[in-house]
Amino acid sequence: MKSFTYERPSSPAEAAAAVARTPEAKFIAGGTNLLDLMKLQIETPRHLVDVNGLGLDTVEPTDEGGLRIGALVRNTDLAAHPRVRTDYGVLARALLAGASGQLRNKATTAGNLLQRTRCPYFYDTAQACNKRQPGSGCSALDGVSRQLAVIGGSEACIATHPGDMAVAMRVLDATVETIDAAGAARKIPIAEFHRLPGDEPSRDTNLEPGELITAVTLPKPVVGTHIYRKVRDRASYAYALVSVAAILGKDGSGHVAFGGVAHKPWRVEAAEADLPKGAKAVTSRVFADAKPTHENAYKLTLAERTLSAALNQARA
Amino acid sequence: MKFDTQAGPNPIDRLKVVGHATDRIDGKYKTTGTAPYAYERHDVAPDAAYGYVLGSSIAKGRVRSIDTASARQAPGVIAIVTTLDTPRVERGVMNVAYLFGGDVIQHYHQAVAVVVAETFEQARAASFLVTVDYAPEAGVFDLAAAAKDAEPVPADSGEGSGGNGEERVGDFEAAFAQAPVTLDASYKTADESHAMMEPHATVAAWDGEKVTLWTSNQMIGWGHGSLAKMLNLPKDKVRLDAPYVGGGFGGKLFVRADAVLAALAAKAAGRPVKVALTRPLIANNTTHRPATIQRVRIGATQDGTITAIAHESTSGNLPDGDPETAVNQTKFLYAGKNRLTAMKLARLDLPEGNAMRAPGEAPGLAVLEVAMDEMAEKLGLDPVEFRIRNDTQVVPTKPDLRFSQRDLVGCLKLGVERFGWAKRNPKPGQVRDGQWLVGLGMAAAFRDNMVMKSGARVRLDAGGTVTVETDMTDIGTGSYTIIAQTAAEMMGVPLNRVVVRLGDSDFPVSSGSGGQFGANSSTAGVYAACVKLRESIAQKLGFNATDAVFEDGEVRAGNRAIPLAQAAAEGELVAEDTIEFGDFSKTQQVSTFGAHFVEVAVDVYTAEVRVRRMLAVCAAGRILNPKSARSQVIGGMVMGTGAALMEELAVDTKRGFFANHDLAGYEVPVHADIPHQEVIFLDETDPMSSPMKAKGVGELGISGIAAAVANAIYNATGIRVRDYPITLDKLIDRMPDAA
Amino acid sequence: MVGATATAAATRTDEPVLATVTFTVNGQRRELELDTRTSLLDAAREHLHLTGSKKGCDHGQCGACTMIVDGRRINACLTLAIMHQGAEITTIEGLGQPDHLHPMQAAFVKHDGYQCGYCTPGQICSGVAVLEEIKAGIPSHVTADLEATPQVTEAEIRERMSGNICRCGAYSNIVEAMTEVAGARA
Repeated sequence: MKSFTYERPSSPAEAAAAVARTPEAKFIAGGTNLLDLMKLQIETPRHLVDVNGLGLDTVEPTDEGGLRIGALVRNTDLAAHPRVRTDYGVLARALLAGASGQLRNKATTAGNLLQRTRCPYFYDTAQACNKRQPGSGCSALDGVSRQLAVIGGSEACIATHPGDMAVAMRVLDATVETIDAAGAARKIPIAEFHRLPGDEPSRDTNLEPGELITAVTLPKPVVGTHIYRKVRDRASYAYALVSVAAILGKDGSGHVAFGGVAHKPWRVEAAEADLPKGAKAVTSRVFADAKPTHENAYKLTLAERTLSAALNQARA
Repeated sequence: MKFDTQAGPNPIDRLKVVGHATDRIDGKYKTTGTAPYAYERHDVAPDAAYGYVLGSSIAKGRVRSIDTASARQAPGVIAIVTTLDTPRVERGVMNVAYLFGGDVIQHYHQAVAVVVAETFEQARAASFLVTVDYAPEAGVFDLAAAAKDAEPVPADSGEGSGGNGEERVGDFEAAFAQAPVTLDASYKTADESHAMMEPHATVAAWDGEKVTLWTSNQMIGWGHGSLAKMLNLPKDKVRLDAPYVGGGFGGKLFVRADAVLAALAAKAAGRPVKVALTRPLIANNTTHRPATIQRVRIGATQDGTITAIAHESTSGNLPDGDPETAVNQTKFLYAGKNRLTAMKLARLDLPEGNAMRAPGEAPGLAVLEVAMDEMAEKLGLDPVEFRIRNDTQVVPTKPDLRFSQRDLVGCLKLGVERFGWAKRNPKPGQVRDGQWLVGLGMAAAFRDNMVMKSGARVRLDAGGTVTVETDMTDIGTGSYTIIAQTAAEMMGVPLNRVVVRLGDSDFPVSSGSGGQFGANSSTAGVYAACVKLRESIAQKLGFNATDAVFEDGEVRAGNRAIPLAQAAAEGELVAEDTIEFGDFSKTQQVSTFGAHFVEVAVDVYTAEVRVRRMLAVCAAGRILNPKSARSQVIGGMVMGTGAALMEELAVDTKRGFFANHDLAGYEVPVHADIPHQEVIFLDETDPMSSPMKAKGVGELGISGIAAAVANAIYNATGIRVRDYPITLDKLIDRMPDAA
Repeated sequence: MVGATATAAATRTDEPVLATVTFTVNGQRRELELDTRTSLLDAAREHLHLTGSKKGCDHGQCGACTMIVDGRRINACLTLAIMHQGAEITTIEGLGQPDHLHPMQAAFVKHDGYQCGYCTPGQICSGVAVLEEIKAGIPSHVTADLEATPQVTEAEIRERMSGNICRCGAYSNIVEAMTEVAGARA
């Protein structure tokens, strides 16, 4: 970990300005991913702007009947929030399926969106990784890839977004609110927030340098059974191999997004009309362009069967 | 004391303290965080600087040069020792790879430098400024590919239960060819990591030419001799101290890089240095349980009598490394006139393979006991019944050698009753509970009972306190408590009058902790020392030692009763002895036995496996402390469940390393993976084992459990996976249609 | 309020940046001047010599470092000490001492909820906090009905404790210890 200076600004605008004006600066909130990466010098900020004192930690109803979630609301608090439990069960379930109790107590809404991949080559600084060190190559392509992306990848990167929360937010059509150093606010639909790796895998999201997430808003609740089905190698405290975030009616109609399969939460809205026909009809369209490695083709079967489980649960 | 005849009646048999479920005497320290582990010795080395280890970024090759210039300029840096600065450090006991190997890189993350700084943060940051120029060489990293060129293992090689590389009885091939029912199946087990919770850590401090290492090591005697050799010092110039060890499982049997580098760094820095291996370094820098490819062939008559059995295993290792002796239990477990066991060893350039909890038996039984399940099904026999039919009271490869005790059948029958085995549907894939397919599985457990020479010193002071000193370690095994129980029983005092001091190389050399020999051997050593102390107490008090009874804090004979403490009124009495096991111990086969029963549920959609119930029935001689012994068994069951379901060091066969080298990537069971566990110990004493009449249980629990889980998965799903771990991707394509 | 702000001129060098932080640890006010890089875990272990909190992985993957900070359990390895200005911190040493065990510590001894002892302080801190979390109505992954109040069940304990790895495999005993403490308190 390189040495860094540290400050605690008193407003979001000041925070954004601080990061914008200081070379190699980063925001820190929960710190559970950033510090992990800093210890390995995968992230090397020289200035940390601690945003924990900015407020941004409340969940408020919106005029449209939705919710506005402050960027610093902790995962534990968001999952335990009465409105989230009642109206956005898929989000509560996704949060509770993630990490551990200790980590959820620190991890924030904004930070969770910004989690970086768990690809083993990203984490090993002795190995080539285009995401960590642009141009160095991708070791995962012919390496250990059982956990990695089956769709949306590129010749430069097959990393996955490791989170759960964002997958639920994707199916909920959430919007990410930000401000930049000039104090200008911007709203980014969750679908456009995370990027595919393409030839620039070092960029996980479409945030601009210094742009600070202030909130995530959810539209008014969608009626249906809210399901977050996370499949992993052990029963808890593990990243998803595949996850399904779904809001489904008894006839199977509804919405679905997949986690653990791509560089971003993966959703193909056009395929959702086929949900009443069953899982295969949907996944064959959602994963039509899949390019699995020899180690992770199982994810395609697993995604179909996990969706099938969700559909069955909705019908019950 | 030589153990050269079957143990007769002795004071331990009174069982006033021994044999009772006893809270650990170190429990109040461990639960309050006041038990000091190696890295935490502010008390003995308050000015220790921080060492940070840099590992090789190539798997094989040479170090051309190391540039430390900018690291040396970094703030707080006191010293840097690189692998090019010193002659190659010699290997210690059982080391295969060199820990600080000069310019030769034998495996990924081999230590190449240690950076010492005033603070941990400074040492860590400076380590990233060290640049190493490597000349990489091609290596062999894929066991499956290398297996074709694997060499037969020569006689009398390897870990685990020992024995020959290839062993034959009768004519296996002919008998197998003639057998009316046969099985011929191949299996794989994965590379596994010990993943003990406390990283390998050492504080080293020099006092002139003498070095003391507060370290985390299972075998102080081995470590002491090893470090003397590695540091070119006489043994009396090296001291090791390990009062608490945060888990080892075989990964701390030997000196590792933390100890060597702490000592070298402390010398270079001119002050104490502490070094802990970082978690991401451990999987590749240290040792692991090697993967195996195994083949089992069983031939039987229609009634289920085994007539031919063969078990072959191939594993890989670095040059000079041993095989994983996965075939050994097959020489002992089941009858059968015609037998073959054989091992091959492939040369690999992966990190060093070495002992991990129940080396040999853990992966060996994981396979043999699945094969037995498969064979029972072919025969149309209940798998328990098939095992009972092939029980033996003599070692099948040496019919003149009897087991001292062997109640495998008793374990199986009691398990059948207690687990409700009768409810098992022998036809797989039939039992459904909502979204879950439910199945039951079982396996036999076997682990050889090794014994090791073990010494102890016992003191009696004027206050009546008995103090035991031995370099034995407590790695979670409960040594503190069973040693205290032993001394209390022998000296006739309550447990709270006994003080136990462990892990210091200034104390008598013990068995150490490994191979499930520690509990029996080390308490037998304490027994021997107590016998001597009793003699000197009796003499002091004017008793005939053979008549004297030590009880209730008194020494009694005839009408006389004198408080024990009085013997030390004029000065402390000290006695020291060592229990030694000679050829007598080999006149019978002393082994431990058990039976595992498991219920699993498999999600019909996703093939996720959840273990619902677990029972182990164990026959392992006298159980010294049923509370900690039970914990040893359930702990083994947890680790074996990990091996069955999730644990695998993922080999990058191109780059030559274990890619998932942290605790997020290498998954071990968490709370949610493990149900309530039951353990039953048969009431046994084994006078062939030692004066304690006890045997080991620390590795019996892991032996066989993986197969019981695998067999339960088969019973639940009808899918036989012969490739551990049984992760859902190996099941998903064959799962029944769920929708 | 910004007592932990560090604005040293050392931005572009490798010199450590020092900052002062004041917090309460086990009821005692402590002021430390620290390298900004110091984790809360290392502040406790290396600066305050409170070595009960363990460093099993230093990356939030094992739970051995669990402390209770402002009423919530966290991984002390994944947070900076200077981010805890004014915080109330409880470590294992603050729960009880060898001659005055906290009920959870005593239950761990009674049920043998540990072996090597290295994960134990984290398990116990987590265990104490988990019972509070259930009492506070915070749901978990295994809570069947998100709108109902969670209960102290073995399944709830197992799920909530899953961020504390015990390689010795004392899980079954830990659940028994926690169940006993929960029952005694109820």
